[in-house]
Amino acid sequence: MRKVLYKMPESLTGKEFTYCPGCHHGIIHRLVAEVIDELGIREKTLVVAPIGCSVFAYQFFNMDGTIAPHGRAPAVATGMKRARPDLYVFTYQGDGDLAAIGTAEIMHAANRGEKITTIFVNNAIYGMTGGQMAPTTLLGMKSTTTPYGRKAENDGYPMHMCEFLKEARGVAYLARTKVNTPQDVEKTKKAIKKAFLAQVKGIGFGMVEVLSTCPTNWGIDPISANKWLEENMIPEYPLGVFVDKVGDEK
Amino acid sequence: MAKVMVKGTEAIGEAAIRAGCRHFFGYPITPQSELPEYMSKRLPEVGGVFLQTESEVATVNMLYGAACTGKRVMTSTSSPGFSLMMEGVSYMACAKLPAVFVNVVRGGPGLGDIQPAQGDYWQATKGGGHGDYRLIVLAPSTVQEAVDLTVLAFDLADKYRTPALILADGMLGQMMEPVEFPEFRDLSTLPDHSDWALTGAKGREPHIVTSFDIDPYVLEKMNLELVEIYKEIEKNEVRWEEYKTEDADIVITAFGTVARIAKSVVDMAREDGLKVGLFRPITVWPYPYEPLEKLADKVEMFFDVEMNMGQMLEDVKLAVKGKKPIKFYSRMGGVVPTPNEIYDALKKEIGR
Repeated sequence: MRKVLYKMPESLTGKEFTYCPGCHHGIIHRLVAEVIDELGIREKTLVVAPIGCSVFAYQFFNMDGTIAPHGRAPAVATGMKRARPDLYVFTYQGDGDLAAIGTAEIMHAANRGEKITTIFVNNAIYGMTGGQMAPTTLLGMKSTTTPYGRKAENDGYPMHMCEFLKEARGVAYLARTKVNTPQDVEKTKKAIKKAFLAQVKGIGFGMVEVLSTCPTNWGIDPISANKWLEENMIPEYPLGVFVDKVGDEK
Repeated sequence: MAKVMVKGTEAIGEAAIRAGCRHFFGYPITPQSELPEYMSKRLPEVGGVFLQTESEVATVNMLYGAACTGKRVMTSTSSPGFSLMMEGVSYMACAKLPAVFVNVVRGGPGLGDIQPAQGDYWQATKGGGHGDYRLIVLAPSTVQEAVDLTVLAFDLADKYRTPALILADGMLGQMMEPVEFPEFRDLSTLPDHSDWALTGAKGREPHIVTSFDIDPYVLEKMNLELVEIYKEIEKNEVRWEEYKTEDADIVITAFGTVARIAKSVVDMAREDGLKVGLFRPITVWPYPYEPLEKLADKVEMFFDVEMNMGQMLEDVKLAVKGKKPIKFYSRMGGVVPTPNEIYDALKKEIGR
């Protein structure tokens, strides 16, 4: 008898993703869905989609959900969780959403130890609006609003959200990962699982920052984008676990 | 139930709890901070949740999230705070989320002052947030009415799946009056929202609450659904009060606190033999255009009194349709006119 090795997670609807070729959103979506399946919490989970490329996340995840206004997903999730503490709530946010317009909301949700989970996808650029500078854009990096390259004296420095958030005492799990190699995909899945477990176990706020590519707006092919991420983003955004109050699974 | 002396803001808070509200998100701003303070003390006593937010922007989005679960939710603020909430109000209106907002209006625009004013009428009744939407807007003129309208606001919000707004002002928020509270609503009797609320997709297709669709034809359909809801509200929920209008030659139009002062003016004028009456919209949206137009067929003139530059005046003109002259008197910046002052202005208009 043949054994099923790989199938569509129940937590995905199966609707075709709308992401560009080479973009990592699809991989990250799948990992989140697999984790929710493995925890057996799909029927008790609410998704809060953001604005930006992942605005359609609510169509891809097979669960109740909504779309938050720009940057406000952590506040929306807070309201949900406070009203229904028996449910699990996660936000899925890009760098423009989380690190620019929504900085206050993520900082305060984390600091309150809000029992929600945040998946933060950092591709160092604004995707859906067409490649403008993000708070996470690297110094010297060209975007449609930094045509001469990002300059610290004019545009400030790349935002390191994990480094900021690790000081917040309400944080239960915080890690930065990437998904540009199979090994990294596995590590990211483990991190996402821990971020959800922080909520399931009622410890506090959990977030995984996943470094991601944007071949379309970076103006390079998907393979070069993976290499570019490795060579340019990793020195600026070192991977690692910043906070872990969840502990190892038995 | 016996009457108790309560401050306006606290009376609204207690009314909300009795109406079944167990979730309050808010941020302090004068002159309404006693309302979140009251809720912070009272909600834990009834198994509810109070959360002091980091900003009004976060407030309205927490309200959005909590409303998504189908619960009765509320916030209160004052003018600059309500401006900050406008983004979320627009989202909630489009996403068809019931919630109750309280705006205890203060002097404006800008930082303004902390005294009573009515300068947020346009924002409340004509928009404020982006896009085509409406809010049910209730304008109490006494603390008792604030209590009654708060309960009504929750019921209407639930019935029509739309945010409702209590448009008060700093005077109503800060004054103490004897009020009678309604009985506690049995939470199990509250409207069932299980057909759309986010409760976990167990044994059913997922529910999606959205204010968005990328397809203009689908979004237009969503817009038209809202239009239908608003037509229903306009048909069923117009509320107003008339005072001594049966034989009136002159009708004062006013809402909220000023309407209450205008009532004294009516009595003063009546003592002098002048046939003056009062028309007070209770819902400022939907606006009572038709009853006001009916008065226009009977009376000689209208005298509109507001604590703004004449914002409701535009609705009075729409109702009166040029049939009779409309005079206007106002104080602004948080200045509350006295009955004598308004009466003098009225007498001046009619040459008395």
